[in-house]
Amino acid sequence: MARLTPENEVLARTIIGRYPVPKSALIPLLHLAQEQDGWVTDEAMAHIAELVGVSAAEVLGTCSFYEMFKREPVGRYLVNICTNISCVLMGSDDLLSHAEQRLGVTVGETTPDGTFTLEGVECIAACTEAPCLQVNYRYRYKVTPESFDELVDDLAAGAFADEIPPHGTLARVRQVIAADRVAGAVEPTDGRQPEWMGDPDGGAS
Amino acid sequence: MADETSTQVTGELTITLNGTQVDARKGELLIAAAERHGVYIPHFCYHPRMRPVGMCRMCIVEVDTGRGPTLQPSCMLECAEGMVVDTESDVTSKAQDGILEFLLINHPLDCPVCDKGGECPLQDQTMAYGPGESRFVESKRHHEKPIPISDLVLLDRERCILCDRCTRFAKEVAGDPLIHFINRGNHTEVNTFPDEPFASYFSGNTVQICPVGALTATPYRFKARPWDLEQVESTCQTCSVGCRVAVQSSRNEVLRYVGVDSDPVNWGWLCDKGRFAFESVNGDERLGEPLVRTGGELRPARWSEAIASAAEVLQSTLTAHGPEAIGVIGGARLTNEAAYAWAKLAKGVLGTDNVDAQLGDGLPAEVVLGLPSATIDEVCAPGGTVIVLGPDTKEELPVLFLRLRHAVLNDGVRLIEIAPTATGLSAIATASLIHHPGETAEVARALVGQPGLGTDAGGVNSAALEVARAAIAAGGPVRVVLGRASVAESVSWTVEAASILSSIPDTSFLMALRRGNVRGAIDLGLSPGLLPGRVTLDGGRANLSGLWPTVPATPGMDTTAMLTAAAEGHLRTLVLVGADPLADFPDRDLARRALAGVETIIATDTYLTGSSSLAGVVLPAAGFAEVSGTTTNLEGRVSVLSQRVTPPGTARSDWAIASDLARALGVDLGFASVEDILTEISSAAPSHAGLADALASSSDTDGVVVPLSGPTPADALLSFTVPTSDALLPRHSYSLRLVVGRKLYDEGTAVHHSPAMTNLPVGGALRLNRYDFDRLGVAEGDLVRVIAPALTIEAPVVVDPAVPRGSAGAWFNQDGLCAADLIDITAPLTVLQVESLNGQGAGS
Repeated sequence: MARLTPENEVLARTIIGRYPVPKSALIPLLHLAQEQDGWVTDEAMAHIAELVGVSAAEVLGTCSFYEMFKREPVGRYLVNICTNISCVLMGSDDLLSHAEQRLGVTVGETTPDGTFTLEGVECIAACTEAPCLQVNYRYRYKVTPESFDELVDDLAAGAFADEIPPHGTLARVRQVIAADRVAGAVEPTDGRQPEWMGDPDGGAS
Repeated sequence: MADETSTQVTGELTITLNGTQVDARKGELLIAAAERHGVYIPHFCYHPRMRPVGMCRMCIVEVDTGRGPTLQPSCMLECAEGMVVDTESDVTSKAQDGILEFLLINHPLDCPVCDKGGECPLQDQTMAYGPGESRFVESKRHHEKPIPISDLVLLDRERCILCDRCTRFAKEVAGDPLIHFINRGNHTEVNTFPDEPFASYFSGNTVQICPVGALTATPYRFKARPWDLEQVESTCQTCSVGCRVAVQSSRNEVLRYVGVDSDPVNWGWLCDKGRFAFESVNGDERLGEPLVRTGGELRPARWSEAIASAAEVLQSTLTAHGPEAIGVIGGARLTNEAAYAWAKLAKGVLGTDNVDAQLGDGLPAEVVLGLPSATIDEVCAPGGTVIVLGPDTKEELPVLFLRLRHAVLNDGVRLIEIAPTATGLSAIATASLIHHPGETAEVARALVGQPGLGTDAGGVNSAALEVARAAIAAGGPVRVVLGRASVAESVSWTVEAASILSSIPDTSFLMALRRGNVRGAIDLGLSPGLLPGRVTLDGGRANLSGLWPTVPATPGMDTTAMLTAAAEGHLRTLVLVGADPLADFPDRDLARRALAGVETIIATDTYLTGSSSLAGVVLPAAGFAEVSGTTTNLEGRVSVLSQRVTPPGTARSDWAIASDLARALGVDLGFASVEDILTEISSAAPSHAGLADALASSSDTDGVVVPLSGPTPADALLSFTVPTSDALLPRHSYSLRLVVGRKLYDEGTAVHHSPAMTNLPVGGALRLNRYDFDRLGVAEGDLVRVIAPALTIEAPVVVDPAVPRGSAGAWFNQDGLCAADLIDITAPLTVLQVESLNGQGAGS
């Protein structure tokens, strides 16, 4: 757990090749690092800096801008409970304190066994289903203390192993971009664009 | 000042500025145009030498471009015809109030304990434009105060207003983006990557341009208040670029250098070595009294005694062995006036021409003076091609590196590098021609040869040569930055390469010489065969007839020849004028034998060095900031040096020491002040004719480039002839060719006696390409046996991708492995053998 594994480094180079400028691949590569280790390690950031040709400080600058990149270890399941107005009106305050007691941690902490990290988040755009939460960004709606306990038991027992992958995993199916659709190393200033994008001046295609 | 960074200024237009019609240039930023017309718009993030970013919003002013007045940031707005600007309206003023109140929300207002207090743009502008009080009652952001982000710079994040100046400087100007904004929103801070410090050679500039007290430099922290500082403008003599600085002192102690924006030279930037070398001015070990060797030991003496003793040695050598038995080495540390005084003493009074300001690591004077010269501005002018055939400018001439970097990245200059190792410029070079040591001339020949030769030269592949040829063929002038990339090889290849490059039409040269005023010393005669004013002995003799008692008849020896003669016992007395051959001469073994071989050494210096501690008489010299006069940079630009403090003890100016020595020898040099000498230089040195008047009427900051009017008469100039180049050596698979360059931080006086920098030198190690590592069967950090011509030693090896296969790199003047121990100056090229200590020899 540190730098990208050899397999991931190969994938990283493929991803870099999709962009006209290597630096554009920074965010996809940070996702890759987080998928590998569950969080983004300093070593991975330094490795990405080497691959992309920027300084490690610049990678850190990008990584730390985004809340969803974790720079500390988090649990296998990241539980985000909404703390915005609709959910609060529907009882998310109680839900959050119940969650703290149930998991034995305060907001922002990880359970000692490394299974759960509990966080309070701003609106996650499911106000009609308040109070709501996400487990590794998968929604659970109209959550009650009872259904929360049930969810925690199920997660701990591995009942959702198929539905909710460990923290960091973006998708079960790896995106494949056909070679003819890769932008390639085109200078963004030279005005050319990939052929598949068609003629911008309204040609027949 | 125009903004050279982002826009080309062309055309003229008219804008209305606070009710007055003023001219502006197309593409000129409103804030710069206003400043040019005497209207100051408050700002924090805008810096005329960097791209604008509109971060701080302090410069918003009311602007009407025909669609009604709106508030716009004047640092992001280019002037347009008919624009109506009001920088003092109620709306502008209210906006400024609001921005300052906002910027101060998280600012700790710890001005009483902040080093910036008294010279702080935030403090000043809050006083001038701020609301006077804040409505913010919540608790402020807190951070650990201050954290070191490098050995030299501390960061107090609470004070930071996130103007992006330091981070922009690091990325745009220095090219070391090791600091960056971290986190987001209210949590945003400037910081480094964990365990990767802001180890930039230019980090001190961020302290200077920080508009608050967030960045402070360790050597100046809590030393003084700005209102207690007195300052003079001067020129840095740490290297030959000649950056303009403000020397600031308090209670007769130099406390800080601040970069001054000289448009033709440094643009306000300084390197950290130059900026923090002020500590060595104040060093505890500075020589404050003369020393005379009695009973085998150096003991303090009175000046009269020391001068008499030195004069007696010189007189007896003259009487017994003639002037040719005296050698004078050094002078690059001196002012022009002191260099002239020493030239007059050595050549005009003692009558010896064995005088050299360079220590066998420079270029022959006929090359320096004989090739058409270019200024830094001419080298960096848009549209041309620059060939860097010399040392790593980032290590040896750091601010020249900044100028070259800017020219390549912003002004379309094509850069071709011809060097034995990769350098700080390699990453941005159009073509980086990394060649085998000793094959420089082959590369130059291939470069000017017919396109499409399709063959490699000197280890450079044909494709790279093709790219370089295309760059030259693209048109525009060709400027060559010429110097010694490695002191482990004969200078003749460099000279031959320069000669070959000079055949390209419209080519001129900038001499990348080592040491502060080496150019001034050469100009004023501290070089064998030369007299003041860039003329030969014969060419200048007539000019000096009334001024100098005598002029040497025939050219004398350079430093290498002098040391060789000394080692063989032919040189009786050696005068070291601020020179330390043991530390600076490429071949330490020869230097050691030479200093042991002479009868007496007379030394003038600011510190007791390895060489001067062997002297019979040591005369303490006043150093930088302790003397006034002029200095000459690598372009030939003469600028004024100013005195700010008094020298330690009874140390004296070098010109006064020369004058006293002459008087003790029965000759009056004929001057009683620096001004007298400058006047005499103006008449004695053809290239410096009219200098005193020109300096008086020119801008102090920019100085003047000599010669002032046209070239010196051709018959008096040294003719530049290509020496017979040392024969190309065969390459052996079992040997490595040595490449010796310098790091910015070495064991020289400036670094060694500046406490803030003493732990910055990298230390000595043999640097090899990874390929040779595998071949030799050694690992990183292993001790290996290094077999040099003069000795066999054990040294650690490290991987350096900058060193090509078959070469070995060693830095000059570092602790541990010292390159000068390996170099044999009599060999055209030093070749090493390296053996693993675990039984596997090279080539096995």
